[in-house]
This record gives sequence, C-alpha cells and structure tokens, in this order.
Amino acid sequence: MHGPCSLLTADLGSRTCGVLRLPEETLRLFPGGRGLAGHLLRPSAHLPWDHPDMPVLVLAGPLSGTEAPCSSRCHLVSRSPLTRAFGDDAVGGGLGLELARAGFLGVLLTGKSPAPLGLEIHDGHARLVDAAALHGKTTDQVFAALADWGSAACVGPAAEHGVRFASVQVDRLFSAGRCGLGLCLAAKGLKYLAVSGSGAVPVHDPKGLAAARADIERLFHASPVLRGPQGFGRFGTAALLDLTQSRSMIPTENFRHTRCPGIERCNAPALAARFGFQPAACPDCPIGCVQQDGHGRALPGIEALSQFTALLGLVDPDLAVEALDLCGKLGLDPVSAAGSLAAWAEVTNQKPTAWTVLNLLEDMALGHGDGALLGQGAQRLAQELKRPEAAMTVKGLELSAFDPRGACGLALGYAVSTRGACPWRALSLGHELLRKPVPTERFSWSGKARMVKLGEDALAAAESLPVCRLTLFAAGLEEYAKALAAVTGVPATAQDLARLGKRVVYQERLINAALGFSAGDDDLPGRFFREPGDPGQGFETPPLDRAAFLEARARYYRVRGLDHNGLPVRDKAEELGLTWTVS
Amino acid sequence: MDRVLNGFSERLATAGLAWEKDILFLALDDAVLASDPNHPDREVLEQALLALQPGALACIRPAEPYATILAFFLEQRPQVLAPRDSETRLFLHDLPVASEFSAQALVQGLKNRKGMVLPGPRLAALGPLTPEQAFVTLSSLCFAVFVLFFSDYLEDLRAGRATPEQRAAFARAASFLPPVRTDRPGLVQGPFDGPAQVCAAMAQAGRATVDFGLVDSAFGNVSALLDRTVWISQTGSSLDLLEGDLVACALDGSSCEALTASSELPAHAGIYAAAPATRCILHGHPKFAVTLSLDCDRPDCPDRGQCHLRCPAKRTAGGAIIVPGETGSGACGICHTLPPALRGGNAAIVLGHGLFATGRRDFNEAFAALLGTENACREEYFQRVRDLGG
Repeated sequence: MHGPCSLLTADLGSRTCGVLRLPEETLRLFPGGRGLAGHLLRPSAHLPWDHPDMPVLVLAGPLSGTEAPCSSRCHLVSRSPLTRAFGDDAVGGGLGLELARAGFLGVLLTGKSPAPLGLEIHDGHARLVDAAALHGKTTDQVFAALADWGSAACVGPAAEHGVRFASVQVDRLFSAGRCGLGLCLAAKGLKYLAVSGSGAVPVHDPKGLAAARADIERLFHASPVLRGPQGFGRFGTAALLDLTQSRSMIPTENFRHTRCPGIERCNAPALAARFGFQPAACPDCPIGCVQQDGHGRALPGIEALSQFTALLGLVDPDLAVEALDLCGKLGLDPVSAAGSLAAWAEVTNQKPTAWTVLNLLEDMALGHGDGALLGQGAQRLAQELKRPEAAMTVKGLELSAFDPRGACGLALGYAVSTRGACPWRALSLGHELLRKPVPTERFSWSGKARMVKLGEDALAAAESLPVCRLTLFAAGLEEYAKALAAVTGVPATAQDLARLGKRVVYQERLINAALGFSAGDDDLPGRFFREPGDPGQGFETPPLDRAAFLEARARYYRVRGLDHNGLPVRDKAEELGLTWTVS
Repeated sequence: MDRVLNGFSERLATAGLAWEKDILFLALDDAVLASDPNHPDREVLEQALLALQPGALACIRPAEPYATILAFFLEQRPQVLAPRDSETRLFLHDLPVASEFSAQALVQGLKNRKGMVLPGPRLAALGPLTPEQAFVTLSSLCFAVFVLFFSDYLEDLRAGRATPEQRAAFARAASFLPPVRTDRPGLVQGPFDGPAQVCAAMAQAGRATVDFGLVDSAFGNVSALLDRTVWISQTGSSLDLLEGDLVACALDGSSCEALTASSELPAHAGIYAAAPATRCILHGHPKFAVTLSLDCDRPDCPDRGQCHLRCPAKRTAGGAIIVPGETGSGACGICHTLPPALRGGNAAIVLGHGLFATGRRDFNEAFAALLGTENACREEYFQRVRDLGG
C-alpha cells in the first residue's frame, strides 16, 4: 500500500497523542475519507453525540497529497448533534493535502477536555496545546493566529455556545457546515487543528497518474458546468441560481413559493459585477469554484446565496454576502441557519429584514434571546413553537437551495440521504438540472430509484478517496479508478469504486438503523405533497404525488438491498464485507 | 421504461446502425427490463447486467458497413482498439475487444470502459445511469470504428503495409456506403424575425443534418445569433429532436442560463465575434471529413500523436481548412482555433472531431457548406486511395 496508512489519534481527556496503524484489510475495504470514517465511527455510533468516547474523524484518503485533480480535501464524520444520525461533511481547502504530507491518513479525536485545546501536527509529530487564549474568538481571529500553518480548521463562538449546526471552518473560506460537526469538536474541547506537512506522498506510477489527470482535466474543460463561460470555474455554484429560478425550483419564503421575483439582481453575474470575483480555489484545483471579494470575504455558492435571499423572501445581494461572511466568522452552517430563520419567520409571521437576519445570526451564535432557540435548528424550533410542519427538514437537517417539487430524483434523494436533506447526495442535480451525464425528465419518477442509488454510490466512493463532488458532473469513477490504481499500484476499476460506494452507503444505513432510523425518517415535509410550487414558463409545478413517491422509495429500498422498512439485511451487509451487528 | 428502450432501438435502426432485430437494450431498476424479451443474446447480456449493476446495458449486431469493419478488426485479434477521433479520446478512451461473446467477457471489458467490441460481430455499451448513455455510446462506437478503419487504410496504403485482407475488407465496406447526396433540404429562409422562428429554423436544420447522415442524433450542435443573444442547442440534446431543447445565451453575460448550453458555446461565440456577418452555425460529424482530417503524410512529424492538440501544418480537406483543438474551453480548446479559421471561409474541420459550417443569412448556406465539404472530402478520400494503389 502506497501513501499514509496511519491515523493520528488524539485523546483530549488525557491530552495524549498516538499513532494508529490501520490493517491492510481495513484499507482495502475502506481506503479513506467518508467510508473509512464511517467504519471507525460505527463501533461507537450508539453513544450520545457528546460522549467522551464518541469519535470525531477528520480523514484524508489515498489520493490526498497527489496530483489527482480535486483531491486536497477532507471528510469529517461523527454522530450529528442536529439529527442524532450519522453526520458527515466534506470540506475543501488544504487540510487533506497537509495531513497526507505530514504522514497521516487522518485524525481520530476522542476524549473531552474541560479547557480549550489546539491540536498541532507537523511532519509526523503532534501535540495538544492550551488554546484558552482563543476561546470565544471568531474564526477569522483564530486563523489570523494560525497563519503560519499549512492548513487549519477551527470552530467559532457558535460551537462554543451549543449551536447544533455549528460548522468547522477550514482555511478561512471553506466550511464543513452540515450536521453540526463544529459542535462535536467543541464538545471535546478542541478549538482548532493546525497541520503542516512537507513530505511527498509516494505514487506508484507517476506517468499513469499524469495520464489519468489529463483525462480528467480534458473532461472538465469539455464541461459547460465546470469550465464553461458561465460555469462554476468562473462564478462558483452561484451560477445555478438562474436555473433554479427558471425551472421554478428556487425555495422561496420557507418553501411556500418556488419562484422569487427580482432574484436576478442577486444572480452570479450581478454578484460578480458588484463584488468582483477573485479565485480562492482549493490547492491545485482545476475547477476553482470558490470565489472571494476584494475584502477577502467568501462569496456565496448556490446554497448560501439562495438561503439568504429567496428562502427568506429577501432580494439583497449585500445581505447574502454579509450573512455568509458572518456565518463563517461565527462558525454557523449558513444552510441550517437560514433554514431555521425561515421556519421562525413563517411561524411568527414576521417578514425578516437584513438587519434582523444579521442580528439573529449573532444571537444564534451567542445564545442570546430568540437566537438560543434558533440555534437548535428548524425542527426543534418548530416543535417548540407548536408548528412542527413549518420545519423544512429531513431527519432534522434543513433542506437547501433546490425545491424537491422541481425534480423527482432530487426529492427521493433528499428523503433517503443518510445524513438528512442533502441535494448533492444522489447527484440527481446532474441529470435533472444540468443534463449530465445525460438529461432525464425531472418531473418523472421513472428509473429514478436506481439513479438515486447509483448516484449515492458514486458520490460515496468519490468522497472516500476523497475528491470533490463537483468532479462527478464531468468525470466519472472510470477516470478516478485509473488515478487510484496509479497512486496505489493496486488495480482498480470503476466497478470496484462503485462497489466501494455501495459498501459505504450501506454502512451508514447500518449505523442509522442501529440508532432507530427507518422508513418513517426517509420522508419529506408534508408541504411538498400538499402544496404546488409556482408555475414556470410553459409548465406547472404540481405537488409531489405521494403514492408515486412511496412507490419510488420502496423501489429504492429493493434496489439498495434494504427491507420494506428501509432497514439493512444481514445477507446484503455480509455480501458487501460489512459485519452484521445491527440491533 | 419499455417504451423508452424500444425508442432507442428504433433510433439506432433509423440511423442505419443496426437492424431492429439485432438490437437489445436491457435496463435495471428493481427488476430487469428488456427491449426485446426474446432476443437470443438476452441471457448473456442479463448475466453481465446483473454482475455490473449499471442502469442499462445494450448490445447490437451492427449493420453494414460496420459489420464488415468489425469483422476485419476481430480477425486481427487485438486486445483493444484505439481510435483517434475526439469522442473516443474524450469519453471512451479506448475500446476493449473480447475474443468471445460471454457474460464474463462483457464484465471484463465494461468494468472500466463504456463500450466494447465482441465477436458476432457485436458492439456493447454500458449505460451507467440510463439507457440513453448506452444509446449514445453505441453511436460513438460505430462512428469511431468507421473512422478508424478508413483512416487506417489510407495510412497503411501510404506506408505500403496494406494487407490483402484489409484491401478486401475495404472494398466490401466501401460497397455498402450510402450514395452521395447532392440534393438540398429547403430550410427556413432568413433573416430570422424572432425567437420562435429561430428555434424552428434550428430544429429543422438539426433534423436535416441527421437525416442526411452528416451526424448521428446524439452529437453535433447548432446555433443562431439573434440581436445580442446566441440561441444554441443544449448539452445532451438530440440534434434531430431540438424542439424545446434550445437555450438563449445573452452575450452581455447577464445570466448563467448557458450552464446547460452545448459545450461548444465558447467556440460558437468566438466565431460570431470573429466573423460578425455570421448568423448561424451548424456542427456535424461527417465521416469522411473527419477521416481525411486524420490523414497525414508526415510520419516523422515531432508532434505525431499530439496532432489533435497542436498540428502545426496548414492543411485542408474538401476545400475546408483543418484546425486542431479539443472540445470546450481549455488551453487547447477549439474556441481558440476555430474562430480565426472561419473568419475567411464558411467551413472548417476540427481534426478528428467534425465540421463547423456557417451561414450569413440562414441555415441553407451553412447546410450547403457542410454537405458540400463532406461530399468533396469523400471524393478526395477515394482519390487518395486510388493514387496510393488501393
């Protein structure tokens, strides 16, 4: 096996660090990233999310630190304080790259420190240090203090005040926002993680890797979505806003509407003209979807942009940029923060203003006033205010910038996602909105069960290498299998990676099943089955057909090898090389 | 889904790639669906489908001349074929060749590739997500082996290594070529007076391009300039079914609707900028224009193997200039090479890829340039063959 095979372990309770060498068989089944993190989480997944023995995993993978495109990133996993299910998020920046160069496949954090600590890793060595001076500091202040490190991750005041959707910020502009993993780190007493690595990651076949890279980059360049004149490389994912509006699937006023009048004033070209887009991509990324303005503020991608404008019924580009910047500094997930605000606005029948939004974000992070309840997430907030139907969540995780009434595969993908509502998880946006790899009829359920399953598998495999999900809008597992084989020297095919993806998703299903999740949790808010969306140019947006949804979900369960209640079965688990310990 | 599978079978048959009885599409949802449940290849294909677990798998016994071409290649017993056309380079990479038609051979070939060649002769293609992907790949495979066969023959004649078997296969394959078409479709006349007329004219031109065999349905693209807006076919659209599949791209950059536009939008926009009188562009993959673009009489050229990126020679075929360049907007993208080439003429061939033709008023001029260039390339190809003693 080439490349790092060991994890750095850090017990914050005893303030000790060690090295855990992973068995080859483990790495064969789970080479890194999301899959390996799930494997390492599973034995402890039954514990409360804030139990000292509950691990938090920060994992790179076999492609980290190599020339494989879009491979500098990391995957974070623990049990989510927001959903209480399997919680994970991918994050850009250079954390994965630096970990690999420092000689580690990742970090396994356990224990609990009463005082804030920092974990510093430098070329094979690590230490836990006192971070009391940074307690309560915003993330930009923490990053300023860690400027000499190759890459750094930290939590902000939101995590320290118990916000259930607190984020982990990486290299200032990047965020592992979903599922509240920032709160998981804060519960352990970890304020930051800083890494510098100077080692070279060994590659078995450099020429083979160069050829694979050339194949992948050629596909990126041929992709209008990634490298086209209006693609992500120029405008980031904010480029999608015009499509969600014209397809009448832009969540507006807490999903009560699906078109937002005047939203073109906030679209990507308008943002670029107003703020100036400067590239701020992950290291050596040939896509370059992250942009910042002249003040170094991250410019919003589609999710933050849509959430802080249409979802709140506001058409204010300044607010979108300021709110995202504030979320980053405070360590809040912008998707859940805006989702909670939108539910609050509906329940209290208030029309938010830019001023109230920015103040409430600060109140959330500091636990002040209404902010304390908002910081619990939309589901808990709506329940507390006796209007549970106002929470637009799946498994407690807020939906984001794409209305499920606009695309059936998207709807099913939202419902069955192991981490809760996620529009990316099944890659349905690729074929239903972006026509890649081929266009599919977005208002049809035909074939969507298997497409959702195949998309989930492909993404799970990519996130186990780990590489950026956006790559899959142009390249495929075939091209990345070639890169993986070149790096490790072990033959790999697209089919091998698809099987890896199956294993990873099934493992997450096993974890969730052990935590009590079943078909009842694989569902969408009732609004989407009762209320139509707004009509578009020449088409209607009807409510989702409940019977068709349930039939598609049942079909998905059969395709995935689950029982009628969405639960894993022993034979399938063992066929995929997973131990059967579900109870 | 049955209707969808049968639709793809019909489209392959209409394109002349295979007889309908020789086409089998399988799709996998929670059960296996077949376009022809009684097809003799079904059992083998279904075993492979269940082993590979994609969304779809398709197999054809291609019609002539593809059958002759594939039979010849199979006789050579290669492990892979490496066509040099751009679709293969970009999406297929290379084509595995199996020595037997079995589920095991299908799994072996398709576990890391989208399409392959099998005895029969047969072509098989994977639809990782949908049957449409298998349909597109089958079209690509037919195009790729056609261009490979005819360009190899010219190259082998030039090198003095054409074999008797190759000459025989060439004669047989050539005998199955459809007759040259010199007629013209009557396309909507310009100048266009609004979006509705533009869209109708584009759909009509796209359909005619496919009907005349100048491109397979799944490839090519078409655009028209109206005021400051480029109307262009969307990525993944079928050129003969463009109604509702066109997108308006504002040249002022005020919207990102072009995110779903053809990947060749940068080239189209560049052509309109470089040749301001241009009002419409038609892009097809005519086989002899592509085949001739690969024919090179400089075997010792230092850029050999990189011709599609940086061929330094000033070459023409069928009267059209040949330029290098890759799909999209990369450093070697055709958005850099095509616009200057079309500043002074109305047809240019992208090496190994296809032909772009322009019109200053409507698609009649562009279509005439496309068809005329292809006919001239076909004539020139056979002249070169004769000159080389083929």
